[in-house]
Amino acid sequence: MNPVYRKRLWVHRIGIALSIAAMAVGLFFLAWILFTLLIKGFGAISFAMFTETTPAPGNEGGGLMNAIIGSLLMVGFATLISTPVGILAGIYLAEYGEESWLAQLTRFVTDIMLSAPSIVIGLFVYAIYVANVKHFSGWAGTFAISLIAVPVVVRTTDNMLKLVPSSLREAAFALGAPRWKVAMMVRLRAVKAGVITGVLLAVARISGETAPLLFTALNNQFFSANMNAPMANLPVVIFQFAMSPYDNWRSLAWGGALLITFSVLGLNILSRTLFRQKTPN
Amino acid sequence: MNAHPSSVAAQVAPPGQQTDAQQAAAKALGSTMRKQRLQDFLFHKITLLFALSVLLVLAGIIVSLVIGAWPAIKEFGPAFITTVEWDPVNDQYGALIAIVGTVATSLIALLIAFPISFGIALFLTEICPTALRRPLGTAVELLAGVPSIIYGMWGLFIFAPLFGDHIQPILKKTLGQLPVIGQLFQGPMMGIGILTAGLILAVMIIPFIASVMRDVFEIVPAVLKESAYGLGCTRWEVVRKIVLPYTKSGVVGGVMLGLGRALGETMAVTFVIGNAHKLSWSLFAPGNSIASTLANEFAEAESKLHVSSLFALGLILFVITFIVLTAAKLMLMGLSRREGAKT
Amino acid sequence: MNNANFQAALKPTLEISGLNFFYGAFQGLKNINLNVYEKKVTAFIGPSGCGKSTLLRTLNRMYDLYPGQRAEGKIVYNGRNILEPGQDVNMLRAKVGMVFQKPTPFPMSVYENIAFGVRLYENLSRGEMDERVEWALKKAALWTEVKDKLNKSGLSLSGGQQQRLCIARSVAVKPDVLLLDEPTSALDPISTAKIEELIAELKEDYTITIVTHNMQQAARCSDYTAYMYLGELVEFGETDQIFMNPAKKETQDYITGRFG
Repeated sequence: MNPVYRKRLWVHRIGIALSIAAMAVGLFFLAWILFTLLIKGFGAISFAMFTETTPAPGNEGGGLMNAIIGSLLMVGFATLISTPVGILAGIYLAEYGEESWLAQLTRFVTDIMLSAPSIVIGLFVYAIYVANVKHFSGWAGTFAISLIAVPVVVRTTDNMLKLVPSSLREAAFALGAPRWKVAMMVRLRAVKAGVITGVLLAVARISGETAPLLFTALNNQFFSANMNAPMANLPVVIFQFAMSPYDNWRSLAWGGALLITFSVLGLNILSRTLFRQKTPN
Repeated sequence: MNAHPSSVAAQVAPPGQQTDAQQAAAKALGSTMRKQRLQDFLFHKITLLFALSVLLVLAGIIVSLVIGAWPAIKEFGPAFITTVEWDPVNDQYGALIAIVGTVATSLIALLIAFPISFGIALFLTEICPTALRRPLGTAVELLAGVPSIIYGMWGLFIFAPLFGDHIQPILKKTLGQLPVIGQLFQGPMMGIGILTAGLILAVMIIPFIASVMRDVFEIVPAVLKESAYGLGCTRWEVVRKIVLPYTKSGVVGGVMLGLGRALGETMAVTFVIGNAHKLSWSLFAPGNSIASTLANEFAEAESKLHVSSLFALGLILFVITFIVLTAAKLMLMGLSRREGAKT
Repeated sequence: MNNANFQAALKPTLEISGLNFFYGAFQGLKNINLNVYEKKVTAFIGPSGCGKSTLLRTLNRMYDLYPGQRAEGKIVYNGRNILEPGQDVNMLRAKVGMVFQKPTPFPMSVYENIAFGVRLYENLSRGEMDERVEWALKKAALWTEVKDKLNKSGLSLSGGQQQRLCIARSVAVKPDVLLLDEPTSALDPISTAKIEELIAELKEDYTITIVTHNMQQAARCSDYTAYMYLGELVEFGETDQIFMNPAKKETQDYITGRFG
């Protein structure tokens, strides 16, 4: 065989082998982490975890009920707030703003906010809300995670709406429909599945966020559904319990970690499979 | 059947001579049109308001951080950035430790994540058999979906002990003996520390950079690759000589996006960085990042100066991340402008 | 045939005079003058880029959606120049309907597709709406094929059926004029034939303007034909006359295939 070619072939083989190795490394870590969670967290999963509140330091047993409910409440409200805001903002960008300087600027800023440090969002909400009302609260936590969810929904909605062929829009206008009906009842509807995926991904993202809750919702040792007071939530509880010296606390932390991870991954998979939509029609 | 209401209303006769039916139709039509115009107006304003809210929040963040940081800025001045002490007891604060920790962990993460992400992106776009492409791609994206606190826990309880017991001694004996960079690998082998934090961060940002790179690789026109294959190039060569140069700015953009994420990462780093307000040449030593300092100290900070210094740290972090992310976005936009495709 | 008398009995629904159209700095239409007669089919033909679609899209001000496109001149409909800024565009479009080259069913059921347009301007009871939907689908020769599938998505129909659904949708709101922009170019020959039959029936109730790149279609379906080239109206007249005895050489060249 031609010696020049032989060398090239070896370079190619090594390169390919390295990429396969890289893929293997990625999969290895994923498997390791999930496996760890299952082993360490499974023991903590019990009926008690869902029905008892977080134990005081030194007390035996206990559960995560207040944290689970607190997280559900805050994530739920944050979704209720960020979904319409995000979708309507996305509609503005795709339907009205289009390529105007304002729309381009908004898209740019939205993309930056997507990757911005979430702890800074927590600081912001602390500064404008918590410091003024002088107490932590579930609403502050909800507000903070909404700020993280909105850019995700805006970006997905904008991108999906841009995929709708202009002939579909024009057909609706050709009937004499007013602009808002064309946007909501035809254009948005054509990419319904894709937009829902965006919302689900936003929910998955905020379910696991800890940093923004650290100085907004804080935490609550007891069960409370009062959104206007510090509210227990899974991520902050895990943070507190994991680094503690108590066995039951650490065990609960792993249980909570398992719960969050599989919920988040489940949402991810669900949204990607059930609502797969690359293009409208 | 009746004609369209607008036709009835539009028929020729001037107002005085219109029949009742025509007048009623005209009125009904008029009010429908008015209602439509109002609805359109409101809809436009509401969607505009929500879109602007994103800009408002950004402005609000900057303003509130500056206001919060102001007392510290006034007290310490620009020296704040280069001062090492962080002493809550004596109310003396300096950002250097936190900044060094943030930058060091992120750079380590980037150095390790870049080749692995590149390998994964290459695998998924060029080597992987089509049937496996989706499941494997999804698996990589699931890695991105794991919340950062999980990475922190796994890092602290599983990875760090193994790292301290098995890997760090090896590093110390090998890289630690080299001149100049040897200092980086000396020091206590506790498993936690700057290096560990960097490694955990690397695993976190790998899927992120990999997916940006993958998107960017897929933009390369097939025709271009086919002409290279047609000349007898191997797959590896096509990637190195055609795909990479074509997507250069996109790859850089993707890497910077990963850097931006790594800089702001809180929970994964907080668990394993060791929370020590000390500066050291050794990567094995514990340290602090801006995010971990905030996470550990903000809730309990007492003095006004302490709180304000923490705000100052937050401001610095935000500015750094903002610059990196803007640069990343500009690079990615540059690529898509060339190709005419979306990023 | 006494042309003068024949012409005098015709009423122009749309009178286009001095129409100029611009895409930014580029002029797409140059001084167009022609009439679209009531309950007749008028075809616009010409090679690619001649401006026939552009002309069609001025008739319902579809170009308004795109900043940078503008029209000057007069198009008189119902006594008003529709190019004036005061004209309510939505109302105009309710009376001048359009069917596009690519079938564009809305992402809704067949029933909802038709009801959507009707609901914009009329408040019908459920029974009245059912009647209207049936009527429109019958007019589009689609009723027998979809009457059991009214609740299925419009996207589940075949290409030809989708296009007839779009026609039914446009007809359901009872316009005066129907603008058809190459309605059969995306369809197979059988669907095309069905739609051409449909056009022949529809012209008894509606004024129809059709853009087509298929000359034979224009010859088959239309009463009047306008031949355009590079944004100008080269010749306009009765279809028989244009095809058998064109007045201009350019028209003749195009018709006989020597050009375009």
